[in-house]
Amino acid sequence: MKIKSSPSRKIFLVCNFIFLTLISLTCILPFINLLAISFSSKTAVVSNQVSFWPVEFNTAAYTFILDNNQFLHSLLISVERTLLGVAVNLLLIILTAYPLSKSKQDFSARSVFSWFFVVTILFNGGLIPGYLMVKWTGLMDSIWALILPSAVNVFNILVVMNYMRGLPKELEEAAYIDGAGHISTLVRVILPVCTPTLATVTLFAFVFHWNSWFDGMIYMSTTSRYPLQTYLQTVVINPEAFFRNATNVSSELSRYLELVNARTTNAAQMFLAMIPILLVYPFLQKYFTTGLVMGSVKG
Amino acid sequence: MENTLNPKKKENAAPNHKRDKFTRQLPLYFMLIPAVVLVVVYSYGSMAGTVIAFQKFNLAKGLFGSEWVGFKNFESLFSMPTFWPVIRNTIVIALGKMIGGIIVPVIFSLLLNEIAHSGVKRTFQTMVYLPNFLSWVILAGLFFDILSPSTGIIGRIFTALGLDAPFFLGDPKLFPGTMIVLDIWKGFGFGSVIYLAALTGIDQNLYEAAQIDGANRIQQTWHITLPGILSTVILMTVLSMSNILNGGFDEIYNLYNASVYSTGDILDTFVFRLGIENAQFALSTAAGLFKSGVSFVFIVASYWLADKFAGYRIF
Repeated sequence: MKIKSSPSRKIFLVCNFIFLTLISLTCILPFINLLAISFSSKTAVVSNQVSFWPVEFNTAAYTFILDNNQFLHSLLISVERTLLGVAVNLLLIILTAYPLSKSKQDFSARSVFSWFFVVTILFNGGLIPGYLMVKWTGLMDSIWALILPSAVNVFNILVVMNYMRGLPKELEEAAYIDGAGHISTLVRVILPVCTPTLATVTLFAFVFHWNSWFDGMIYMSTTSRYPLQTYLQTVVINPEAFFRNATNVSSELSRYLELVNARTTNAAQMFLAMIPILLVYPFLQKYFTTGLVMGSVKG
Repeated sequence: MENTLNPKKKENAAPNHKRDKFTRQLPLYFMLIPAVVLVVVYSYGSMAGTVIAFQKFNLAKGLFGSEWVGFKNFESLFSMPTFWPVIRNTIVIALGKMIGGIIVPVIFSLLLNEIAHSGVKRTFQTMVYLPNFLSWVILAGLFFDILSPSTGIIGRIFTALGLDAPFFLGDPKLFPGTMIVLDIWKGFGFGSVIYLAALTGIDQNLYEAAQIDGANRIQQTWHITLPGILSTVILMTVLSMSNILNGGFDEIYNLYNASVYSTGDILDTFVFRLGIENAQFALSTAAGLFKSGVSFVFIVASYWLADKFAGYRIF
């Protein structure tokens, strides 16, 4: 049925559209501003000329950063950490969600193990004990310090487990009649139909690992081992620090000083760190949404 | 039932039934081993590590060599002049985020739901979801720049209007509100997803019937739309209760400074400074345990209420 539009309805729709446009712009414009600053010249930035379009367009800030070893090194650590971390997360999610998705007849200890994992949502030991466990297991300064403590994500396990439980039971029974064991049932029958939920948790894990900075800060003793977000954190908290270090370390970069300052280089670094998120953003929108709804509407 | 499915097992089903069942389940146990080991070490291990809160903990002597002091650490913690203000700050900021974090997404989803054109709707969604996926490190860098009274865009707007630019991140009066607003800004778009899903779940026939009965748009919203998403709103409210002591470490830590400690220091930043920066392990663990203990009560209560009133179970 077509909704008939009264004059007041039309006014509402126009106001609503304008309001939503403004609200949506507040979510985007800060990033446009950031991008504009990163491509503007130092003089334009210092004199507050830059809003949403680069002034005196140049790419010196980017060249400056890509010449900086610390940035590239941290970027590599972040890539390594994210790839390894997501793989470990995903493997553990699959290996854990499958047994827990079984009915009580098929897996007697299901409840015990479910509670074993859920308790970790309800209570955690806090910062210092967690820190000491990483220290005592000898992970300090190792990439595994960024991966193992968060390797078992119970929320993601529950999302996948709930999805597996929602699958028709006939799937497994058919595999069972064909003589398939648990491993081959999981790999050949269950996993292929779990693609949407696995995509969701993979993206969850990707965003988590890419954005993590705190663990890098407390578990890595030298800044050269910092992942990108941790490194950025030091730059953000103390904007001039990177700039001073960078200019001290490589004097041949001084030719850039005409064009860049801490604000333009920081803007460029932040934007570069956003790129991986922007790349997966279309998928995020698709799968996070289904994942969220899936995880929350179940009874 | 399992046995009838597998003819081989039929022959000796009766005597070996239990062992047979166990053997068949054995791979399931093996699959759980890696996760169980990691959870035992890093989750249960740190839970056990909270005994530090009851010790005069010495890193060199370790967990077993340190002297036990009962509740002494808690006594010194509760008598610290900064502790209770920190609790107050935490609750103020957390409550602001919880309330705004429900109301703003609900209103946004209601307004977005009025947009008929799906392409326009999707464009708005694409824009507002973005901040949710970025780290507070990047957002902090962004807001340092934007909110700077002298050089930031906001400061320039105030100056253009002939007003003094407020120092949102340096004024103790403005800091908590700024934290709440920025957190809502980051999360409202994505937070609206769940309400939009609830809105699409409302039976469209109800609206047609209401129109035939002569109900106007506002009446339809009041009598159909709001009741239609009420259970989701209640569920999200109840679940958010568990965040009562979560002021948001990432946001505060990256945006605060010593001049706003009086209103901006929260339990998590307090625990961090005490433990990692000042190496007061026992005191910091005690503060952390206080948080975990209170949060435990709220989490269990919120799950219980969610189950009771909205039929929501996490597993």
